[in-house]
Amino acid sequence: MILDFSVIWENLPQFLHGVGVTLQLLFVSLAVGFVWAVPLALMRVSGSPWLNLPVWFYTYVIRGTPMLVQLFLLYYGVAQFEAVRASLFWPWLSDATFCACLAFAINTSGYTAEIIAGCLKTTPPGEIEAARAAGMSRLQMYRRILLPSALRRALPQYSNEVVMMLHATSMASLVTLADITGVARTISAQYFLPFEAYLTAGAFYLVLTFLLLQLFKAAERRWLAHLRPQRR
Amino acid sequence: MSGGYWLTIVEGSWLTLHLALGSMALAVALGLAGAGARLSPLRPLAWLGEAYATVIRGIPDLVMILLVYFGGQDLVNRAAALVGHEDYIDIDPFAAGVATLGFIFGAYLSETFRGAFLSIPKGQVEAGFAYGMSRWQVFRRILWPETVRLSIPGIANNWLVLIKSTALVSVLGLPDMMFHAKQAGDATRQPFTYLLLAGALYLAITSVSLLALRVIEKRFSLGVREVQL
Repeated sequence: MILDFSVIWENLPQFLHGVGVTLQLLFVSLAVGFVWAVPLALMRVSGSPWLNLPVWFYTYVIRGTPMLVQLFLLYYGVAQFEAVRASLFWPWLSDATFCACLAFAINTSGYTAEIIAGCLKTTPPGEIEAARAAGMSRLQMYRRILLPSALRRALPQYSNEVVMMLHATSMASLVTLADITGVARTISAQYFLPFEAYLTAGAFYLVLTFLLLQLFKAAERRWLAHLRPQRR
Repeated sequence: MSGGYWLTIVEGSWLTLHLALGSMALAVALGLAGAGARLSPLRPLAWLGEAYATVIRGIPDLVMILLVYFGGQDLVNRAAALVGHEDYIDIDPFAAGVATLGFIFGAYLSETFRGAFLSIPKGQVEAGFAYGMSRWQVFRRILWPETVRLSIPGIANNWLVLIKSTALVSVLGLPDMMFHAKQAGDATRQPFTYLLLAGALYLAITSVSLLALRVIEKRFSLGVREVQL
């Protein structure tokens, strides 16, 4: 046998710690990105070009450039400016975890805003007419009808975005963080076993992807039940 | 921004484009093979295609690139040593990059092609048989052109994602746009300037692609009426 997994087995605790780091990066960036994406989506569907165009430009640039460029711009790039290094934010901006979370959050907010905006635009006209007929104000209509309906219908697409983000967190290893990929890189360099180390990392991601998809399937069963064909 | 450095980044865009085009060609071939396998009535073949699509889409691009380049090189050399080969075998990073990206996006494209094939109305095939076409003629005249037309949006999407994924190959030391931008930034202590330039060039490539893909989509949908809402 030319493969040697005993080293991987010995270093399993490190890998598990890496899983923790990956999940932490994933959840923080998804939460921040989502909270930021909802107002962006509302601006994106607005009829006013003053609200609509800036968000269009934001999502266009975010979705048209590699995440690696965005991450490096934040982590290596902003240090170029004296003003940034002298500022109050420097302790955060020189921290790899903070930069990674911020870059990932900005990235996912661009994609998520487009997903939510798309679902808002495809709201069945009848739902809006019913809300108007019931005498709701604009704010009430958005809060009670449009947003809950759109966010539910966004679930299938959003599950894809979440899996993409899980995979994107592997780039955190390129700014020195010890996520799953970071641990694999360290072990690969320490023991000269790149194949076993990266194969193990891949297996961890595969399992996480599978679990996330199961989670979303359950969420869809719960919140999209009204869109499923009825069986009597 | 001093003269020589920005030129290296622009030159790096050639490698980025070559990498993207090479991987796309391989991905289309693998995607067609994968879709064919998944649609095949042969159970083991269908199972193999399904496993390919599922496993690859569950692993990050970066991990796949590291696995194929560093892991693959290591494995090849261990195997070579076992059969008594003594020289160290080097894998070409460009070939490794094209192979890995092609392999990854082949899995995504197999999903696109399979979906396109399955969404062709059954009546079209029946009409073909009614005209007395052979199975091969039905495939060549109806199924194939329809699959191509229906796959174009999916291919376009994957192409845009692929261009952005090529940036990861700079990790292998390939002198693409990203690699040069990082080098120039480190050398001049102006990382922001050069990374921003690289970002702008990526945006330019994706923008031109978007426009070109829109023209292609129109060209392939000439006979299709658009729905008026």
